[in-house]
Amino acid sequence: MDLMSQLADGFAVALTWQNLALALMGCFLGTIMGALPGLGPSNGVAILIPLAFTLGLGATPSLILLTSVYYGAMYGGRISSILLNIPGDEPAMMTCLDGYPMAQQGRAGEALALSGVASFVGAFFATWGLVLLAPQLVKVALLFGPAEYFALFALAFATLGGISSTNQAKSAFAAALGLGLAMIGVDTQTGVPRFTFGEVHLYDGIDFLVAIVGLFALSEVFVFLEHRGTERDISRQPRMQIGRIVPSWSLIRSCIPTMGRTTILGFIAGVLPGAGASLGSFISYSMEKRIVDRDNTFGTGDPRGVAAPEAGNNAAAGGALVPMLALGVPGSGTTAVLLAVLLALNITPGPLLFTQNPDVVWGLIAALFIGNVMLLAMNIPMVGLFTRVLLVPPRILMPIVAMISFVGIYGISGSSFDLMVMVGFGVMGWVLRKLDVPLVPIILGTLLGNEMEVNFRRAVNIADGDYSVLISSPLTILLWSIAIIGFVLPILVGGVLRRRMRMAHDAEGAIED
Amino acid sequence: MSDRVFGGIGLVLALFFGWQASIIQESFLSDVVGPKMFPYIIATVMGIASIYFLLKPDPEPDWPNAGRLAEIGFAALVMLAYALALPQLGFVIATALAATYLTWRLGSRPLESVIIGVATSVGIYVVFRLLLGLSLARGPFGF
Repeated sequence: MDLMSQLADGFAVALTWQNLALALMGCFLGTIMGALPGLGPSNGVAILIPLAFTLGLGATPSLILLTSVYYGAMYGGRISSILLNIPGDEPAMMTCLDGYPMAQQGRAGEALALSGVASFVGAFFATWGLVLLAPQLVKVALLFGPAEYFALFALAFATLGGISSTNQAKSAFAAALGLGLAMIGVDTQTGVPRFTFGEVHLYDGIDFLVAIVGLFALSEVFVFLEHRGTERDISRQPRMQIGRIVPSWSLIRSCIPTMGRTTILGFIAGVLPGAGASLGSFISYSMEKRIVDRDNTFGTGDPRGVAAPEAGNNAAAGGALVPMLALGVPGSGTTAVLLAVLLALNITPGPLLFTQNPDVVWGLIAALFIGNVMLLAMNIPMVGLFTRVLLVPPRILMPIVAMISFVGIYGISGSSFDLMVMVGFGVMGWVLRKLDVPLVPIILGTLLGNEMEVNFRRAVNIADGDYSVLISSPLTILLWSIAIIGFVLPILVGGVLRRRMRMAHDAEGAIED
Repeated sequence: MSDRVFGGIGLVLALFFGWQASIIQESFLSDVVGPKMFPYIIATVMGIASIYFLLKPDPEPDWPNAGRLAEIGFAALVMLAYALALPQLGFVIATALAATYLTWRLGSRPLESVIIGVATSVGIYVVFRLLLGLSLARGPFGF
């Protein structure tokens, strides 16, 4: 039982007062960020990363804080779905379908509590999946050489656009843009400056934290400015009565088979690169509808329709951490942001992480278990408090978000130049969002660019300039094949899936109107 | 049309990137691959992607009207000014000004905006400077 002893060591790390306090803070802030429409897990984590750094937290405490925010935001996303019929983030979209009708029937409290339990089940068992699966994946990853890593990075880019973008050319452009940004600065191999235009500030390259906070957090401020006074202004929405908050045991029991099935499905969707939580919640809901919806009650306030997507998307959140920790390749947008944290802390994710920094990995995993229990405890009795956050209008909230973003970046670098670059990224993020260009590949490109190039050059150098080394081993061929399938498949099915998700949500909204 | 413009800009960017890559000074330490090859690959991917949406644009996004565009542009300018003013005015004053502007433009009444702006600035200062000990920009008055 080597695994268990490692996990026990992890708990020893996670159970210090400081780490418990950080987990609690992360869960609380994360739930709030998740609940607010517009601010999803990626924004939440993006805003708090610079703070974690400026506070001088070590690697494990920073990670515990930020993954707690991540899990918390996944829990919180459901709150505005149920109460306002506005998903807090994309994965919570499916929760609107039955959550909002339940709220209209005066069962908002029940829906919130049940979805909290379902979130717990999904996340808790997905964390177990992470414990069991990640070390196995590490064994595979130890077989990787530079050529395999290069192919793996290509695979990550090919699949990350996934269903989150309908246009693969735009995903590819975004990835190239990110990689291009990563090239700015001094070449680590030969020491020559590249793309710096003689500007000294650029010799160190562009800090990816600046890019992340600008692209995610500041662009959100611009989105709110654009939509001021329109339907995105949640302060104008009518309020729901919460009603009874503790769900009856019979209600939970009736949803157990649903939660079981969708947890497994969501976890698998999370592990697969690129699929992420949106797909997790969508296929969970669709499958449950097909299996249990004999009386056509799904979409009219069926509790199983609330439990399914919530268990599914939270399980996917846990699943997405598997490739991130074991291979250094994120399975979703938010894990890409978490990867940035690891890199910024000088920790290289991937197989060596498990042998070189076992305290970081197992401390983190233990903190996830603890965080889940905290989130469950917070989300049942305190759900009334979180719903009150929705009363804070964006005109007050968004300036705070913007200012905290500035504080975080200024705290790290103390440089006005970085702040201006960040504003530039904010504007760019807004324009790219309008054009439906996904932002996550840009982030991933800036993050992985140097590592990808290093592996590329190392592989070719070892082979003495023979480029065919990149497709020489069976493993590289396998990875390239998956990459090509992953890139082509969304062109064939991604649009359909995405349209169905939107249609399901819009159709339900239409009945409401 | 937006995608065509975007594709055009992307193509120019790809060409510019490729050209910049071609003038990278190689050092005598260079390896077999050198510092140019990977940027060339990136420029190629960027170029092909740009040509794709030049030829096959998506449906037009809903661009906001000129007023709203100006709104976003001004907000960006205020943020740039904030970045420059931060070391001069100090955190509390600069932040109060910027937060007031954003609050006002997001739909608060003027007086209300001033109150919220100042409260935001002081609130962040208290939490991050006084409680957490973060170093924020110091102005002429020490805060």
